[in-house]
Amino acid sequence: MKLIKTLMAAATALAVTTFVAPTFAADDPGPAAYAQALKGKRVMLVPLAMGFDLAQGWSHYLKTEVEAWGGVFETRDPNWVVDAGAQAITDAISSDTRPDVLIIHAPDLNSYSKLMKKAQAAGTYVILVDNPANFPADAFVGSDWDRLGQLEAEAAIKGCGPNSSKKIGLVQGDQANSSSLYQYAGIMKVLDKNPDFKVVAKPDSNWDATTSRNVTTTMLQQNPDICAIIDFWDGDATGAAAAIRDAKLDGKVFLVTTGGGEKAADCDKLQDGTYGAVVMTDLARQSGDMNAIIKFLLQSGQPAGTSHTYIYTLEKATTKADLKPDSCWDLKALQAQAAAK
Amino acid sequence: MNTIGWPNYRSLNQEGIVFAIAVVLFVAAAIGLPGFIDPNNLVAIVRSVSVLGILALGMAVVIIGRGIDLSAVAIMAMSVAWYLQLLNSGTPDGLAFAYVLAGVLAIGLLNGFLVAYADVPAIFVTLATGSFVFGYVRSQLITQDAVPVPQGHWVELLGGLRFLDVPIEVFVFAGLAFLFFLFLRYTKWGRYIYFAGDNPVAARNIGIPVRPMLVLRYVLSALVALVAGLLTAASLHSINTRVVNSTLLYDIVLVAVIGGIGLSGGRGGVRNVLVGAALIGILLNAMTIIDIPLLYQNLIKAAILLGAIIVDGIINPRDEQTAQQGDI
Repeated sequence: MKLIKTLMAAATALAVTTFVAPTFAADDPGPAAYAQALKGKRVMLVPLAMGFDLAQGWSHYLKTEVEAWGGVFETRDPNWVVDAGAQAITDAISSDTRPDVLIIHAPDLNSYSKLMKKAQAAGTYVILVDNPANFPADAFVGSDWDRLGQLEAEAAIKGCGPNSSKKIGLVQGDQANSSSLYQYAGIMKVLDKNPDFKVVAKPDSNWDATTSRNVTTTMLQQNPDICAIIDFWDGDATGAAAAIRDAKLDGKVFLVTTGGGEKAADCDKLQDGTYGAVVMTDLARQSGDMNAIIKFLLQSGQPAGTSHTYIYTLEKATTKADLKPDSCWDLKALQAQAAAK
Repeated sequence: MNTIGWPNYRSLNQEGIVFAIAVVLFVAAAIGLPGFIDPNNLVAIVRSVSVLGILALGMAVVIIGRGIDLSAVAIMAMSVAWYLQLLNSGTPDGLAFAYVLAGVLAIGLLNGFLVAYADVPAIFVTLATGSFVFGYVRSQLITQDAVPVPQGHWVELLGGLRFLDVPIEVFVFAGLAFLFFLFLRYTKWGRYIYFAGDNPVAARNIGIPVRPMLVLRYVLSALVALVAGLLTAASLHSINTRVVNSTLLYDIVLVAVIGGIGLSGGRGGVRNVLVGAALIGILLNAMTIIDIPLLYQNLIKAAILLGAIIVDGIINPRDEQTAQQGDI
């Protein structure tokens, strides 16, 4: 009898615990606090332009998440014009619907510094993405360009091999954009450690494919035994690739570049041998980092401009040999998905 | 009259000055820079300015008729981007090309009509249509800045085409330059362009169809832009509409003006374009070989242009007529 009583008591206790458990979960204060802090908050992305893979990828991933927690996501398209970007930021700060978080893709080190300060003063958190700037933003999310340059140089050295001419050509972006300047610094760090490898030329493409083609043609003309070329962006590396193709040096010159890991821009070109190696940014993860810091800042209660966090995206040089089906994300698929909604 | 014909050796004009600078640069580079005189490098120089030169030919015809076409680069990039987008989304090639050709002709006609019949200054008309073409195509017809050429398409094959190891652009540039030369020098309408550019009112009074000819020039410029765009896509296997924001448009005007085609109209010809393109080509190539950073390249380019204009201003002072009518 006593045993039965004990068993029944145990059963009751078990039943109570089982039934109580859901009530317990409903008391979790997290979701309510989360919803209260985030609901209706406005997030605005101001990239260099909306028409290229990085911006379209960020916008897709951010929009999905922001709208899921009841926020408002907007973008502005300066279309590569610095003034238009400045105007967009100015308008955003002074409008009635001032964004709570402003994500800025800076065109250079200094252009938007004053505006970003203004935004923070008005209470908007400022997150810099991809391009660093001379400004203590609430967070920087993007590549460590110096490290990225090092990875490119290491890939180029590997692509050349020990028995090559050990001559490397660079096609830089410009002399103003931080991504170009830091990338160059990173490359030179690695080459300083490998003194037998030499940079034979380092023209600028000004991020334009035709210019990249023309300078690469000249570079190959002057140094036909170049074993690797590092072009600073996949957006203009198609030009360097064309020059290599025209000089009939396919397969002899190892072309290294960097990009947002979009399928048509990067993986397809690794597959067909146009590029030897691409240091790709994991865009989904980078967007995830942005989402996380947005959620943190909005819940932190701290005034804009209080803390400064750097979140560098993990970068990796990918070659044809380690290409996997999920190495890239597919812009066309995202667009089709968006169109289907 | 001689300024539009064969070289006038008696007075040194801007074309002569620029030609002299180009020759001096060429000789200096040939002596000082290893590999500059290599035939392959010379071909590369011509090739690097081919698309620029083709666009400058279209611009030259418009400028000689006292106009300017600021929509050229937008037409070049956007027409081809739209064409490739149509192909990528499965439109049959013939139909896609017909659409694009119709679109290009329409913009050329619109430019010409607004300048000729609505009397709006060319600089405003073409600035507006250029922005319109860019904005409309970019926002409505294509999904991103860079549009790739479909694999195995004739545009891609065109880019690989070589005769005697010389890329196809060079032949297209040479061919078009010759055709424009024949047009401007030996056809009635070609000669009329000089009259209309020099003095539109007088040209009209003697019975020249000034307005239809104006329309024709803008249509011609638009078609030339389409050719330039196709050649660009052929070489790069894609077209990037970002080029609309680049300095390409100013470079086109630079090539025409530095070669000695006066912005006041009625002066210049194909030869001036060739001289201007030669100077730019040699200059850029030499600076790339020396590995001069882009910032300094732009500075040097600008300084040479400024120098040529100043020397021209001293040697060929502005006459009463230009002073009264003004440049564009």
